[in-house]
Amino acid sequence: MTGADDPATAAGHVDHPERVGFFTDTSVCIGCKACEVACKEWNDVPDDGFNLLGMSFDNTGMLGANSWRHVAFVEQPRRLGGQDPGVAGLPTGSSGTAEVAQTVSSGLREQPRAGGELGTSPVDLGFPSFELPGAEGRDEFRWLMASDVCKHCTHAGCLDVCPTGALFRTEFGSVVVQSDICNGCGYCVSACPYGVIDRREDDGRAWKCTLCYDRLGDGLEPACAKACPTDSIQFGPLDELRERARERVAQLHSAGVDEARLYGADPDDGVGGDGAFFLLLDEPEVYGLPPDPVVPTRDAGSMWRHAAVAAGAFLVAAASAFVGRGRG
Amino acid sequence: MGSNMAEAHPVGFQWVLEAKSRGAEVIHVDPRFTRTSALADLHVPLRAGTDIAFLGGVINHILANDLDFREYVVAYTNASFLVDERFADTDDLDGLFSGFDPRTRTYDTASWHYESHAPEQQDGGRGKEQSAAYQHGSGGPVLETGAGEIAHDPTLEHPRCVFQILKRHFARYTPEAVAEICGVPVERFRRVCDAWTSNSGRERTAALVYSVGWTQHTTGPQNIRAGAIIQLLLGNIGRPGGGVYALRGHANIQGSTDIPTLFNLLPGYLPMPDTSHETLESYLESIRGTCQKGFWYNADTYFVSLMKEYWGEKATPDNDFCFDHLPRINGDHGTYRTAMDMVDGTVSGYFLIGQNPAVGSAHGRLQRRGMANLDWLVVRDLVMIESATFWKDGPEVETGEITPETCRTEVFFFPSASHVEKSGTFTQTQRMLQWRDKAVEPRGDQRSDLWFFYHLGRLLKERLAGSADERDRPVLDLAWDYEMEGDEPSAADVLRRINGIDLTTGEPVNAYTELKADGSTACGCWIYSGVFADGVNQAARRKPHHEQDAYEPEWGWTWPANRRVLYNRASADPAGRPWSERKKLVWWDAGTGEWTGHDVPDFEKTKPPDYRPPEGAVGPEALHGDDPFIMQADGKAWLFASSGLADGPLPTHYEPHESPVRNPLYGQQSNPVRKVYDRPDNPANAPDGVFPYVFTAARLTEHHTAGGMSRQLPYLAELQPELFVEVSPELAAERGLEHLGWAHVVTSRAAVDARVFVTDRLAPLRLAGRVVHQVWMPYHWGNTGLVTGDVVNDLIGVFADPNVFIQESKVLTCDVRAGRRPRGAALTEYLADYRDRSGHDRR
Repeated sequence: MTGADDPATAAGHVDHPERVGFFTDTSVCIGCKACEVACKEWNDVPDDGFNLLGMSFDNTGMLGANSWRHVAFVEQPRRLGGQDPGVAGLPTGSSGTAEVAQTVSSGLREQPRAGGELGTSPVDLGFPSFELPGAEGRDEFRWLMASDVCKHCTHAGCLDVCPTGALFRTEFGSVVVQSDICNGCGYCVSACPYGVIDRREDDGRAWKCTLCYDRLGDGLEPACAKACPTDSIQFGPLDELRERARERVAQLHSAGVDEARLYGADPDDGVGGDGAFFLLLDEPEVYGLPPDPVVPTRDAGSMWRHAAVAAGAFLVAAASAFVGRGRG
Repeated sequence: MGSNMAEAHPVGFQWVLEAKSRGAEVIHVDPRFTRTSALADLHVPLRAGTDIAFLGGVINHILANDLDFREYVVAYTNASFLVDERFADTDDLDGLFSGFDPRTRTYDTASWHYESHAPEQQDGGRGKEQSAAYQHGSGGPVLETGAGEIAHDPTLEHPRCVFQILKRHFARYTPEAVAEICGVPVERFRRVCDAWTSNSGRERTAALVYSVGWTQHTTGPQNIRAGAIIQLLLGNIGRPGGGVYALRGHANIQGSTDIPTLFNLLPGYLPMPDTSHETLESYLESIRGTCQKGFWYNADTYFVSLMKEYWGEKATPDNDFCFDHLPRINGDHGTYRTAMDMVDGTVSGYFLIGQNPAVGSAHGRLQRRGMANLDWLVVRDLVMIESATFWKDGPEVETGEITPETCRTEVFFFPSASHVEKSGTFTQTQRMLQWRDKAVEPRGDQRSDLWFFYHLGRLLKERLAGSADERDRPVLDLAWDYEMEGDEPSAADVLRRINGIDLTTGEPVNAYTELKADGSTACGCWIYSGVFADGVNQAARRKPHHEQDAYEPEWGWTWPANRRVLYNRASADPAGRPWSERKKLVWWDAGTGEWTGHDVPDFEKTKPPDYRPPEGAVGPEALHGDDPFIMQADGKAWLFASSGLADGPLPTHYEPHESPVRNPLYGQQSNPVRKVYDRPDNPANAPDGVFPYVFTAARLTEHHTAGGMSRQLPYLAELQPELFVEVSPELAAERGLEHLGWAHVVTSRAAVDARVFVTDRLAPLRLAGRVVHQVWMPYHWGNTGLVTGDVVNDLIGVFADPNVFIQESKVLTCDVRAGRRPRGAALTEYLADYRDRSGHDRR
């Protein structure tokens, strides 16, 4: 394991266990939200309000201080691999008279579907995107579901900027907030390229997924993975998960699901790879995930180096000026 | 079909995905695109309530193209049996079978019998309100002389053989008819037929999954019959990977049917005696007959052992084992009939145990008005549910129909222990009993149901002690002698007693075949015999799957006899050899002279495949070595049900009671013998355009049925916080509905507010020349809990199938209007106006 992919060693842990994480295979997610419930039960996370969002079956909206797992639901007028959604050839017209038909056809174009307008813009934090289908024809449809979670980045911006040491890298390679140390400064919130970590309104402290640090210590898998009935959420050593994920992508490709791709599995990406990565069936933006996340502190070192080089150049220039003058 | 397995049974659905990852094709036939459809290879939307037309089309496809598994069909089904020449089919009678009496709207089933079989006594002619419900247990009805030779034609060519009748009956269910009735385009329907038939046969099997929704139709049992006929024609019963899977609605609903909470059954599917059964002998004869095959012939041992369990030493041969202590039924005493009787004042007390009919039963208003007219009502539940508070805050208080100050019902609320606060078993959909230990002590006054009923019985016995009144004897004579753990009866001892005890030794019996009819054994439920075999609680076994073979016989215990696949003798050919190596399950081992295999063989262990019974044999002895359906009176699976069903020997497409279209196949619009309960407080939507849309309702995965276990919990309530109605973009445009705006859904019973969900998951369908819209609602809300909403079941009327009296709650008609419904007295007026326009008398 390289140093870059071994954040526990980089953080000073010696003789630590293997790095573990999540592989969330969204192609078998059934949107049951057992992960959300199991997470809250185990970690005593409060409810997140009783709001009907109208974003398909998603009433959680996004990850936050009170939702450490979030299942996105995306309804799209597209086909999923070889799936036949059964909508081609179904009528799009009205049920009655020509008069009604006219009303329908004029109203139909403006009619938003259950994805809701909330989801139409990919810049919305965590909101899945939603394409408004052409109302004229009904031929393709698919319903994607995906359970999102803290990515436990190899290079974690939240951890880098935390001034109190409340955020720390565990021996398992995960990133955990210690709520008794957090002072609620909120630097971590803006440092997260995924918009995951969030402060609670009542106490101001930052909260997020701990990868069930307490369970890991007892040799148990995290609550969400334990509760997932279809093994959409898989927990284990990161190396094994990445291998399994590559095989799954190949399997889906051979089954005609060409859009299957991994997200967050590349150690060379902007966060050095995620401890929690995903198999997606569309562009990340569709699920409310940033397409090219970069840890904001990535360039901090090189910026200082560049500054030093620049300063050096000035010195050299200045010195050469004196030297030149001396010669002249 | 008729199942949203991913949402209603997510834990079981993991195995569907497992099969899919191994190459299985998953097809979902359902009106909406659900979370199940999202993971399926093919979704087939169809009009709610047209399942028989669809399945009939598949049957026609199989028979018209000779795609049946002929060897299986000839050997193991009644396809070759000849039917009485008086039988006339729906083709001849425009949608009716022979024997229909229009006066009583019932059938005389005599003409449905096999040739040369004297018809038994029929219920036909008795008034429908009086006619008994389906009472034949799991073995089907008595078939006198079933043990003897039945006239048959193994070439299947005789015009009166079942196979030919089937062929003629379903000939009009063409792909074009399916398209016209169901709204399923011909090509898509053909794809289903091809997938089903090409994945069946010697080398392959296909499974059919349905859920409780399939039963909630005026043709409910016939829906399932239609599915079973296909699976039999394709050889998919009794074989690995085959079967008809009935997914049950709760963790222990299978258990509550096995040890029944139904008025017409005793434990183990023994029928409840009715008023015609004067003596034990006449009752037993009605179950076991005198000359039929199969293990129902031993019903005397099951029943007498049950009486010994109930009444212990008081049950003796001299008093018919206390047979007269059992109540007799004389007709429909189902839950809806009872609610109407409460409204009418003829039922004065009611126990509700873990049931919330004010929200969860069809026609909630009828339920609440009934409960408001009782002397007393006992509610046992985890939380204060609507059925305990309707008298002070139900919808009828708002309309002025119930006044809290004058509501006469005295409500007793008992907080109950949850499943983690008591030990016991769940019997799940696979018939598997799984023991669970108590995890935490119940708090406060919370107690188990077992505790409640034990002490209720004890107190009643004490109260009645010394009574000379004959009617008190059944209670006074109850054995009621379970082992106690403090003041809690031992659930393990109750399970032991359900398993059965050899009274001569005091030891548990090991199998139902050890039960006796002489009073020397006691058994609470014969099909559960063996769950305490060897004195061990077999339901508590938890050997991990990786430490045993694929059928995992040491995890829990499955009735009967820990058998995982029923009728698995059919997995071998008539000679006892597996149909194929790939699909082998049990087979005859000639070397050892016994049946063996991966599962517990569902056959007498040493009866060879070529066994033929001696002259005059009856019961199990009369079963041939190639009669796999050992509970059936003729040892065969029934494609054609010569008796036992009130509405016909074959499934037939009838329109739902409320439908926007005419039946395209027959003059007969709806099931002619359905129960309509024609009362002023149970009005129906007329088919005149006032209620133009098809309505169907179902569950969300985030909630549990009537919401008592989910609306009170923040982690579940936040996931689906509000009632909504799903409509297609077209319907939204037609009615001016906006996504997330308010709308109300109207029937002649009620109007219900909901937020609008506009979605492509619900699409209109094209029937012959017209477009039909469907709307869908989840039904989990009521007026108590963290999240509240109108009661969707208030929309639904009570129109039931004639066999098991299940309400037609999966399909009705409705109107949808933008904005919220009127409130208070204005609502009453609004509904009356709808009924007026829909051709009802204002009443």
